[in-house]
Amino acid sequence: MSLYDKTLSELRAGLDRREFSAAEAARAFLDRIAATDPRLNAFITVCADSALAEAAEADRRLAAGDPAPLTGIPLAMKDIFNTLGVRTTCASKILASYVAPYDATAFARLKAQGAVLLGKVNMDEFAMGSSNENSAYGPVRNPWDTTCVPGGSSGGSAACVAARQAPAALGTDTGGSIRQPASHCGVVGLKPTYGRVSRYGVIAYASSLDQVGPVTIDVRDCALLLQAIAGFDPLDSTSVDTPVPDYAATLQPDLKGVRIGLPKEYFIEGLDADVRAAVEQAVTTCRSLGAEIVEVSLPHTEFAVACYYLIATAEASSNLARYDGVRFGHRTATAGNLIETYSRSRDEGFGSEVKRRIMLGTYALSSGYYDAYYLKAQKVRTLIRQDFLDAFDKVDVILGPVAPTPAFRIGEKTADPLQMYLSDIFTIPVNLAGTCAMSLPCGFSGTGLPIGLQLIGKPFAESDILRTAYAFEQATEWHKRKAEI
Amino acid sequence: MSSHYEVVIGLEVHVQLTTKTKIFCGCSTAFGQTPNSQTCPVCLALPGALPVLNYQAVEYAIRTGLATNCTIAPQSVFARKNYFYPDLPKGYQISQYELPTCRLGWLDIDGEWGTKRIGITRIHMEEDAGKLVHGEAPGSSQSSFVDLNRAGTPLLEVVSEPDLRSADEAVAYLKKLHQIVVYLGVCDGNMEEGSFRCDANVSLRPVGQEAFGTRAEIKNVNSFRFVKQAIEYEIERQADVLDSGGKVVQETRLYDPQTGVTRSMRGKEEAHDYRYFPDPDLVPLEIDAAWIEAESALLPELPDARRRRYQEELGLSAYDTEVLTAERPMAEYFEACVVLLPGQAKAIANWVMGELARKLNDGGLAIAQSPVTPRLLTDLLKLIEGGTISGKIAKTVFDAMWASGHEPARIVEEQGLVQVSDTGAIEAIVDEVLAGSAAQVEQYRGGNEKVFGFFVGQVMKASKGKANPALVNELLKQKLG
Amino acid sequence: MKISRSEVEHVARLARLALNDEELDALTGDMDAILAYVDQLNRLKTDGIVPTAHAVPMANAFRQDEVRPSFTPEQAQTNAPAPDPGGFRVPRVIE
Repeated sequence: MSLYDKTLSELRAGLDRREFSAAEAARAFLDRIAATDPRLNAFITVCADSALAEAAEADRRLAAGDPAPLTGIPLAMKDIFNTLGVRTTCASKILASYVAPYDATAFARLKAQGAVLLGKVNMDEFAMGSSNENSAYGPVRNPWDTTCVPGGSSGGSAACVAARQAPAALGTDTGGSIRQPASHCGVVGLKPTYGRVSRYGVIAYASSLDQVGPVTIDVRDCALLLQAIAGFDPLDSTSVDTPVPDYAATLQPDLKGVRIGLPKEYFIEGLDADVRAAVEQAVTTCRSLGAEIVEVSLPHTEFAVACYYLIATAEASSNLARYDGVRFGHRTATAGNLIETYSRSRDEGFGSEVKRRIMLGTYALSSGYYDAYYLKAQKVRTLIRQDFLDAFDKVDVILGPVAPTPAFRIGEKTADPLQMYLSDIFTIPVNLAGTCAMSLPCGFSGTGLPIGLQLIGKPFAESDILRTAYAFEQATEWHKRKAEI
Repeated sequence: MSSHYEVVIGLEVHVQLTTKTKIFCGCSTAFGQTPNSQTCPVCLALPGALPVLNYQAVEYAIRTGLATNCTIAPQSVFARKNYFYPDLPKGYQISQYELPTCRLGWLDIDGEWGTKRIGITRIHMEEDAGKLVHGEAPGSSQSSFVDLNRAGTPLLEVVSEPDLRSADEAVAYLKKLHQIVVYLGVCDGNMEEGSFRCDANVSLRPVGQEAFGTRAEIKNVNSFRFVKQAIEYEIERQADVLDSGGKVVQETRLYDPQTGVTRSMRGKEEAHDYRYFPDPDLVPLEIDAAWIEAESALLPELPDARRRRYQEELGLSAYDTEVLTAERPMAEYFEACVVLLPGQAKAIANWVMGELARKLNDGGLAIAQSPVTPRLLTDLLKLIEGGTISGKIAKTVFDAMWASGHEPARIVEEQGLVQVSDTGAIEAIVDEVLAGSAAQVEQYRGGNEKVFGFFVGQVMKASKGKANPALVNELLKQKLG
Repeated sequence: MKISRSEVEHVARLARLALNDEELDALTGDMDAILAYVDQLNRLKTDGIVPTAHAVPMANAFRQDEVRPSFTPEQAQTNAPAPDPGGFRVPRVIE
């Protein structure tokens, strides 16, 4: 077994037992990146030199017998996190030369616990996309089939873990951006409850929806990494000050007493047959593990995409106003007066999907339309959130597909933005409701592409979905399959 | 101005709060530092940075609302006001829109119109913008430079109802508001540095007409005098426009103190659409009754209440109370004296407004810097009251206290200034003076009573000011009888 | 049509995006389709429903009024396209 094939937990154990050094581990992943990334394009920036230096420091700490939980563990960060001294592009041309002068809190926590930064991974520009085709640095390819997308927007995070370029990565999820790529790449991805992980230093797409989460090989690693980043941050007003449980301690191999709800709106006509079969098989497995299966309804599901595209774009249009070429970022070379400098810098710096969303959001907030669009969407959001609260009166966990289909081909949906948006139909409602959810492997399509299972938990009940996921994972072998790349 | 128009004025005042740090980050609010030396990811609006509200700024907003008779909203919400400008790093200003923290207050203003109540529509919290400096050097004449030290400084915007009817009323309202925020300690009141600045909405309407006329907004006027001048100019201008059959254009105008005119800010009037919406990076501000109660308890006694009390309880004149309450430190100094020496309010007032104010003024000092503390001043007054020194000698002692900071008793003793109340000793001097002033004694006896003052002066002079004036008077009358 | 080409141009001006004709044409079509799609929200009666700003109820997050270290002027401008000791340089703003 190569070093790069190890899970985060296995690396921890190996480092602790001195089976290999942190430097060896870092080098193994850096070599793996060098060997595979020309085919995947998962990384925007590889931090080879600093990673080796950090690994050397980790080895000193290990030798001193004073390791933190992540000392010597190599990780990849979505290029949306500010990482002090490291280029942070958000996959946009407008930030092509931006070097972060500070650390995002989530990254600072990983660093403080001894993690080694392998590099910054690719994504859809400003996290806007479901396929990773909207990157100014080229699309990421799916390690299971390089003609397919890895999903998005955290496509690089999911692909790099699936390809074992990193044992784990952080991503962000605004409408499914962790879960959908995790599903398409056959890895585990978790979107925590809004407020569970600090957003400070995470480049904002839609502030009321964005949330940071881990992408890992298996559920135990997911629990470990969530543990490392969760908790109150005084620098984020929307971070919530409630205790963080010991996630790993809640993992159990059975589902006795767990009530699992199947939302009928998630098992619709358009659902791909392979996806349906895999998810239904997962239901059978959960039942056999002792879970009680209950049908539930989330009646406003069909309105979620429309609701999301108003709220997310409105917030984004304002969040992205700071990219004006004054204090950082791209400034046009064809400078004229101030307004031209703004407009050209932004036109040159942003990609077409980002511009589309800025335009839609600006329109939704503009005079005369606010009530009809933004306010209306916020009210519908209340209904969608209430759907979940009602369902959670009856069940502990909601189970369904992550995406209606497995990964699609690169270029297949780029012509029709609306079709692309609809691929997030099962993930978006969770962000609108603010609760937690995760994706984990539950099967493969006829063409050998991974299929993800979505588990949705009550607000701040990440333990419930982790426990369910762990029991399912222990009873299945899907997470043990590896992409050949 | 043609008297067939009624003037309608509403004021929007920006009050810069005296918090140590900015409203949403920990950068200092100190004035006049090196450009961009008070910046961080938050106030530079770097990607990913998030705002966190300064608790002290909220306290100041509540106190200001209470002091201006506002209702404090149980829930207020920060909103984004979206527009592009180089001094606005995020591309939006965080302000409050639909749900401000304070609403529906009022202030009473006094003047030739009597007492008039001016409504306050709302007081909301917001962040200041940065500063733009326009290049002057040959290499930079095509450039402006952005300094973000001020960006994020906490402001209160106090919006009045259009209740003001003249420039004088507007100035009276402004002075009142200025006095209150400075009293509260929430603003340093420095208008030159822009800590207290005013936008005036001015319109005219034919007398008797109910509907408001079209208004012009005069931006950023930074002294009471300029406010008066700008509004008066604007009234004349609009009256001229209307008299000549024209229409007032709704626009923003700038007052130029150099020329004394307001001029249109053309170009900046490009259709504004601020796209306000609640800032998702911030959470609602909820202020419950207990919090309001706690802030209320921290309010100082405000000028109006103090004035009333000084007149009713201390028996001071309207003029004295006005002077003593104008600034909180003076009022507090005065009251500290009254506590130490009850029943002598008038005498204290005279000393505070007289000798003390003169010395402070000469030395350019604030009252807090006075070497003569309330205790020293009242100790001095006690020496007068007890007959140890005369009022005249007291002024000498006061000067000595000012110079040395010593106790008045020590000064009196060291300089031998104790008042002579020994009848025999004074009688001897009186006799001596009368003996040496035969001509004046004759005049006096001939009916010229004015000469009496001359004898008093001579006796005091001979006693080096130490003779008890009451005794001197008594003895002189006796002898001259 | 939910949105006209001239409205799209107006929005582009508000958003400070110097879009070319081709982009404006494409966006007019895209936005029109998306707006037609979001119209389905009007099938829902939402009178009296409180809008949700944050899905997790939250209020009153504060910091104390304590000075934290700031950047130096140089640090503040490390990523600036046109840094200057006088501040971030921009094309002259006419007042």
